[in-house]
Amino acid sequence: MAKRERDDISGTETTGHEWDGIRELDTPMPRWWLWTYAASVIFSIAYVIAYPAWPLIHGATPGLLGYSSRGELQQDIAAARLAQSKQLEKIKSLPLEDIRKDPKLLQFAEAGGKAAFSLNCIQCHGSGAAGGKGYPNLNDDDWLWGGTLDKIHATLQHGIRYTADSDTRQSLMPSFGGDQILKPTQIDDVAEFVLKISGQKNDAVASTSGAVIFKENCAACHGDHGEGNHDLGAPRLTDAITLYVSDKASIVAQIKKPRQGVMPAWSARLDEATIKQLTIYVHELGGGEAPAP
Amino acid sequence: MNWVAEKRLRHDMTEIINTVETIDAVPHNSARQRSLYAARVKIHPKRGQGFYRNLKWVVMAITLGIYYVTPWLRWDRGAYAPNQAVLVDLAHRRFYFFFIEIWPQEFYYVAGLLIMSGIGLFLVTSTVGRAWCGYSCPQTVWTDLFLVVERFVEGDRNARIRLDAARWSLGKIWKRVLKNILWLLIAVATGGAWIFYFADAPTLALQFTTFKAPAVAYFTVAILTATTFIFAGYLREQVCIYMCPWPRIQAAMLDEDSLVVTYNDWRGEPRSRHQKKVEAAGEKLGDCVDCNACVAVCPAGIDIRDGQQLECLTCALCIDACDNVMDKIGAPRGLISYSTLKTYEAQKAGKPAVIGWRSFIRPRTAIYATVFFGIGILMLTSLLQRVRLDVTVQGDRNPQYVKLSDGSIRNGYTIEILNMEQRPRSFILKIDGLPAAAMTMAGVDGAPQQSFNIDVDADKLRAFKIFVAAPADALNVEQLPFTFLVTEQNSNGSPEIRSYKATFRSPNKDTTP
Repeated sequence: MAKRERDDISGTETTGHEWDGIRELDTPMPRWWLWTYAASVIFSIAYVIAYPAWPLIHGATPGLLGYSSRGELQQDIAAARLAQSKQLEKIKSLPLEDIRKDPKLLQFAEAGGKAAFSLNCIQCHGSGAAGGKGYPNLNDDDWLWGGTLDKIHATLQHGIRYTADSDTRQSLMPSFGGDQILKPTQIDDVAEFVLKISGQKNDAVASTSGAVIFKENCAACHGDHGEGNHDLGAPRLTDAITLYVSDKASIVAQIKKPRQGVMPAWSARLDEATIKQLTIYVHELGGGEAPAP
Repeated sequence: MNWVAEKRLRHDMTEIINTVETIDAVPHNSARQRSLYAARVKIHPKRGQGFYRNLKWVVMAITLGIYYVTPWLRWDRGAYAPNQAVLVDLAHRRFYFFFIEIWPQEFYYVAGLLIMSGIGLFLVTSTVGRAWCGYSCPQTVWTDLFLVVERFVEGDRNARIRLDAARWSLGKIWKRVLKNILWLLIAVATGGAWIFYFADAPTLALQFTTFKAPAVAYFTVAILTATTFIFAGYLREQVCIYMCPWPRIQAAMLDEDSLVVTYNDWRGEPRSRHQKKVEAAGEKLGDCVDCNACVAVCPAGIDIRDGQQLECLTCALCIDACDNVMDKIGAPRGLISYSTLKTYEAQKAGKPAVIGWRSFIRPRTAIYATVFFGIGILMLTSLLQRVRLDVTVQGDRNPQYVKLSDGSIRNGYTIEILNMEQRPRSFILKIDGLPAAAMTMAGVDGAPQQSFNIDVDADKLRAFKIFVAAPADALNVEQLPFTFLVTEQNSNGSPEIRSYKATFRSPNKDTTP
């Protein structure tokens, strides 16, 4: 047994340990430290009882309060849903034009639409809704199926050439080359005519004969002057915006064997409030059309 | 008359008038008494009387008055802003100070104030020493206030020491309970006043007393009550000695020209309680009669006769105590005095004091003062000239530009107009530097326009989206700089105008067909 004795200088007891004449003082822990330590022990016992603590084979002891971080997240989500439910109900029941007239509701719908867009639409239309080759740019003022609120809404609900939806928007440009409706030279002439009406360089002779072929084969859908038709989803050929084509070769390819884009119907996947918010969002991107008077 | 004879005569006279009581006071916090291994010994400061004590009462009244009264001062700002003179409106992100209103982005004014406070503290310290600590620091003021209560309930020093040593009795319990209740009331009032700086004081007072105030108000009051009660009631000088960083910084701030409370040992030493006996033995003595009056009044629990020490707050109560004793024994005042190290050294060497205005104006204080007032004038100038209209423009990045069906190019911009005045204002938005361009506003149907009228509510920010379209042939570069101009409408004087430089982006004509 080591000998405990009192140190003369500090007045503190030694532990009795000695190494080469150096003795260790048995300085007591500071009182505040002891109290903090005791409080920590008491706290930890209470914590183990109240919160999940001991790991078991499946999960952990649940704790008296029944807390879990996953449950907390569920609660937060439920609370957020509850907070939004009032506006969502309003959006569901009000006509689209009225939503647009209510600045607060409009702001809410745009934000909700943006979120839904990021989740469901950016895969094809891009994160800025600027589209790409074969996927329409939703920011501009050119619409295949109409840019009023109601028309955008209908497109969103039923999709385009989406066979699972009986009300889907349907149009089929014939395969003029594949089905041999037009000869290659005729297709070439029509392409020259399309270049002409969209204000691009063209061969005058070819485009003149192309005009006749256009009137007979294309004007039914695209209009006599190529102005397009929203009801048929026929693009306007006279403007600066194109979906598939950029030069003569691509115009020829499109007439020969047209590509036909497909957009899913969202009414089966998203609820009405979300579709309405998406409608508002797309309409407010800058190209939305006012309803016909 | 020789020196010894003069002293003897003086003592003979004072003995007739009165005798000086020697107090059995121990400077528990002085460096030679204190041990870090021992528990704190409670300090029982004796009540002081004299010039500096009176000065401290006045400073206490002024500082407490400012603290309690300020939130109740009213200031008319019209119908669109609160009428509280000083208000930190965290909920609405505004700071009101009499005629000044600060938005969060103008926080640099507050930063400037904090810098001024810091420099101000340096300036004060280098001239009049630790005047902040001794007179106006909240810890000092509230400790002083709590001591008043303690003295009122338990009596002065000797009574308190007796009470501490006494066994528990009904009387002692009653005194302790009463003292703590009074302290607690002051503490609640202290914490209670604080929250009024953050909300409309009359409204909050009503809400608070009817238990309808927000939880954070009660929480804040509870915390400040606890800190006031513990710091001023029980921790006292320990806050200054162990918790506060200022005494440590102090060492670098003081110099030989700073005012410090000084024991003039060249005059007081050698001290003796038995002056007559010692003098009779033919020894030369100083003026200090070692009565310990200076130790007894010290709230920090030190002996000023040990010289300069970190624990001294320069509250100057020992000067009062010593002067009173010097009056009694008929010696001149100032054995303990406000002095500078320079003066002390000079007087010790038998030369006249060098205290005076010269000791206040020296390069160091001049630099501090220049910086202090420089920042103040700079801030005030910018404050008086600041524009109460702000415009920011953020161009759309995704997509950067949109080609329209007629071939023209459109860019989108989110514009924010901040109307920082306390009245609704109307502005005209125009674009400058983009030929043939026109604007449309998101959410507003109609043909493109050259300008828009924008109404902004009082003290509000309005954000909106503007689309600018320009024909492609007018755009010869990919990035064309232009300006948004926001002009105030219907202004009586000169209308406020703000411009914001923006960039119009268009596709590269070489690579895009």
